[in-house]
Amino acid sequence: MYVPSVTHPIGDFVREWVPKLSAYLPEQLQSQTLDTIVAFLVNAVICVVAVCAVNIGSAPILIYMERKVCAHVQCRLGPMRLGWHGTIQTIADVIKMLFKEVYAPSGADKLMFYLAPLIVLIAPFMVAALIPFDKNLVVSDVSMGIPLIIAVNGFGVLGILLGGWSSNNKYSLLGALRSGAQMISYEISFAMILLFVVMISGSTNLMTITQSQAGTIADWFIFKIPVLGFIGFILFFISSTAEMNRAPFDIAEAEQELTGGYHTEYNGTPFAMFYLAEYIALVTNSALATTCFLGGFHAPCIGVALVDNYLTMVPGVVWFFAKVFFMIWCYMMVRWTFVRPRVDQLMDFEWKFLLPVNLLLLGAGAAYIVICG
Amino acid sequence: MSTLPPGFRIQRETNTEEFFINMGPQHPSTHGALRLALRMDGETIVELVPHFGYIHRGMEKQAESMSYLQYIALSDRQDYLTAIQNNLGVVIALEKGMNVGVPEKAEYIRVMLQELGRIASHLVFYGCFGGDLGGQTCLLFGFKEREMIHDILEEVTGSRLTTNFFRPGGSRYDVPDTFIPRVKAFLDHLEGAMRDYERFLSKNIIVLERSVGIGILSKEDAIAYGCSGPVLRASGVNFDVRRANPYSIYSQLDFDVPVFQNGDCYDRYKIRIAEIHESMKILRQCIDKFPKEGPWRSKEKPVRLPVGRYYSEIETAKGLYATYVVAATTGEKPYRIHTRGPSFPHIAALNKMVQGHKISDLVTIMATLDPVIPEIDR
Amino acid sequence: MQENLTLIQYFKRYLKRCITGPWSLICGLSVSLKYFLSPWKIVTEQYPENRKTLKMHERYRGRLEMVEDEQGNNRCTACGMCERACPNASINVLSTKNIAGKKVLGRYVYHFASCTQCGLCVEACPFGAIVMSPAFEVATTDPSSLEMILNKKEGQG
Repeated sequence: MYVPSVTHPIGDFVREWVPKLSAYLPEQLQSQTLDTIVAFLVNAVICVVAVCAVNIGSAPILIYMERKVCAHVQCRLGPMRLGWHGTIQTIADVIKMLFKEVYAPSGADKLMFYLAPLIVLIAPFMVAALIPFDKNLVVSDVSMGIPLIIAVNGFGVLGILLGGWSSNNKYSLLGALRSGAQMISYEISFAMILLFVVMISGSTNLMTITQSQAGTIADWFIFKIPVLGFIGFILFFISSTAEMNRAPFDIAEAEQELTGGYHTEYNGTPFAMFYLAEYIALVTNSALATTCFLGGFHAPCIGVALVDNYLTMVPGVVWFFAKVFFMIWCYMMVRWTFVRPRVDQLMDFEWKFLLPVNLLLLGAGAAYIVICG
Repeated sequence: MSTLPPGFRIQRETNTEEFFINMGPQHPSTHGALRLALRMDGETIVELVPHFGYIHRGMEKQAESMSYLQYIALSDRQDYLTAIQNNLGVVIALEKGMNVGVPEKAEYIRVMLQELGRIASHLVFYGCFGGDLGGQTCLLFGFKEREMIHDILEEVTGSRLTTNFFRPGGSRYDVPDTFIPRVKAFLDHLEGAMRDYERFLSKNIIVLERSVGIGILSKEDAIAYGCSGPVLRASGVNFDVRRANPYSIYSQLDFDVPVFQNGDCYDRYKIRIAEIHESMKILRQCIDKFPKEGPWRSKEKPVRLPVGRYYSEIETAKGLYATYVVAATTGEKPYRIHTRGPSFPHIAALNKMVQGHKISDLVTIMATLDPVIPEIDR
Repeated sequence: MQENLTLIQYFKRYLKRCITGPWSLICGLSVSLKYFLSPWKIVTEQYPENRKTLKMHERYRGRLEMVEDEQGNNRCTACGMCERACPNASINVLSTKNIAGKKVLGRYVYHFASCTQCGLCVEACPFGAIVMSPAFEVATTDPSSLEMILNKKEGQG
């Protein structure tokens, strides 16, 4: 009935053992379809748990990393007291946030108010389910991976607009509208860069994109196409920073001008969910950048057989996460370096600079493929 | 037409609805406790009315019942970012009344501490400018170098912020032997640091976009409002009290007064960075010429002023700081001391500068005016 | 604000910004990177752990203290100059008469809560009887401990 496209030891193990276990059931209940359904459900639960573990488990690590990177750029130390060099600090902060009182302001639309953080969380989780972490570690290997990712990113916008609007607060509304406009504009850029990647690799399936970067470092898309790959990578970096509402494009949240933007009225667990959504989106976007430009889970082989043997002995997952954390470090360095452009300048940047450059990039990429094959 | 709350003056007919916001006494990009009542048309500011007085402590009233020495201790708390400069303003007025001379070593100590205070204030400006624009890293960069100045000030005066150091006729103590080596080491460190900090912000395209052409204050307006210091010089008026009306030994020192023509936010930023370099030049000259021996205070007399009115003006980091002492009786207590803080006209000129701009620009303009609200409210 | 540019000028400025813009951003990133990779530039002091090696400068104006020799005698004559010099009445010099009928120091009341640590009292004292000590760890949870009596014995007169 359901044939998985990616074989995995755990999945095969479950599919093998469920029929064996169902032999213990009474005769009437035994059937082929029941076995496949149960195996499918068990596998699905394992996949969901794995995705949640990757995302939610990496959030405290990322929050700690952000504080440490921020501190070291500013010549100070960051959290040092709780745990060794402050490693337990995030857990303490999360526990504190979970214990805070949760209430909606008077006049707020309660359903939308409490629903907004949940909606914002949908997008990163769905994208994480599509990314190949290793040759046989992908939750769902659909053939239209890239368009699905672009489509799902819209949930982020929806959640922010709902949250800001339902708060019954002038400044939240202003922040949410600004943020909505920003995210919708930069989605165009985001989609065009992914289109460029699709053009080079010839497929929208993320596993195929990764596999077409197999080989040495020179095969990674960032280096494969001489200058255009690098420019595409930088443009993807900028668009995804804007998509995530991260500095320097964080007009919605770090409003030093007015107040806290769309999450002003939130506190406690809903606020923790907004916060978490930002960091999970960071992991997801970094993973996407790694898959599309940095070679996914392939080791950085250099062509020398002796070194390559050792490099490929390390499992692909480790290389994948190393690259993801490198990308996350880059996002954090950019955050703590640059000042914020004004809202209209931000829109100018997208429509008058990024969009034309994206179109030029697509044209140049197409020309390169035609000429050089 | 809607009825305007008190303070707003511009009457106009519009199709869109205007609304009023308060950037209240507590705001995130704070320069003190200042309330700005804004009249907005969408995102554009139509008019701005500042309300201050939130940190009024009655310093001038207190001065009527304090002795002159006690008022020097109180003047630290006006522009607390450069307390050492405030001390000098009061002390020069007292010296005019007491008619005492100041020995050479004391003058050098005064000039060196003044310039250190000026660098400290401009470093806070750098930090707040970057911080208000969104780059929190700049805040910490500015305060990092300031800590070294605080260390020097603590070693010389006994306190990092409220220095209370100068006295009529000189200063309270001599400088310790480690003062000159420390200042030298600080200057060497600051050269490298300023190179980094300028590379960080000065040509950054986002900073240029946000500050070039924003908040233009014309030459005539700057003079009409009574602006002084870097704000005035960025609008094209070459006026520096250290040149126009020299005090201490500034007439013997060789330094330039930077003047820029545009009067926008970027010029006000550039001029303060240039002033840091000029202050470093002055400090190096003073280190070379510093007299090793000599009295640091002319003969100590009780601080008694004869009847009269005495006025002094100095150039602090923020602008022209003037002290006016009225002594109605020969004695140790004044009848009245009035201080003219440089930040008051700058906030008054804010309305003119901000019309037609957005709220993000208001934050930038406030940051470049570098006001210290306790100096306005006293 | 918006100036009127011709098309050529607009494109020239656009292209110029395409070069100078990214270069300025790279310069900014290089500064961040330099500070990130220089842990020896870190200025944070881990405070309670480094208490043993912390030394304040000798002129630091901490809490007021009375100068006493080994037998605990102080130099105060209850002249009251410090009380007059204090800007906000943080000192009360209460004198008594000793056995010989001379006016000596009885109790030297010091309101640490209102003291601004300006040091005018130390400057005014003609006998050098009070100093500002370098004590800076003066936080307390008991407000009544901020009303201090500085002398242990009666003054000498």
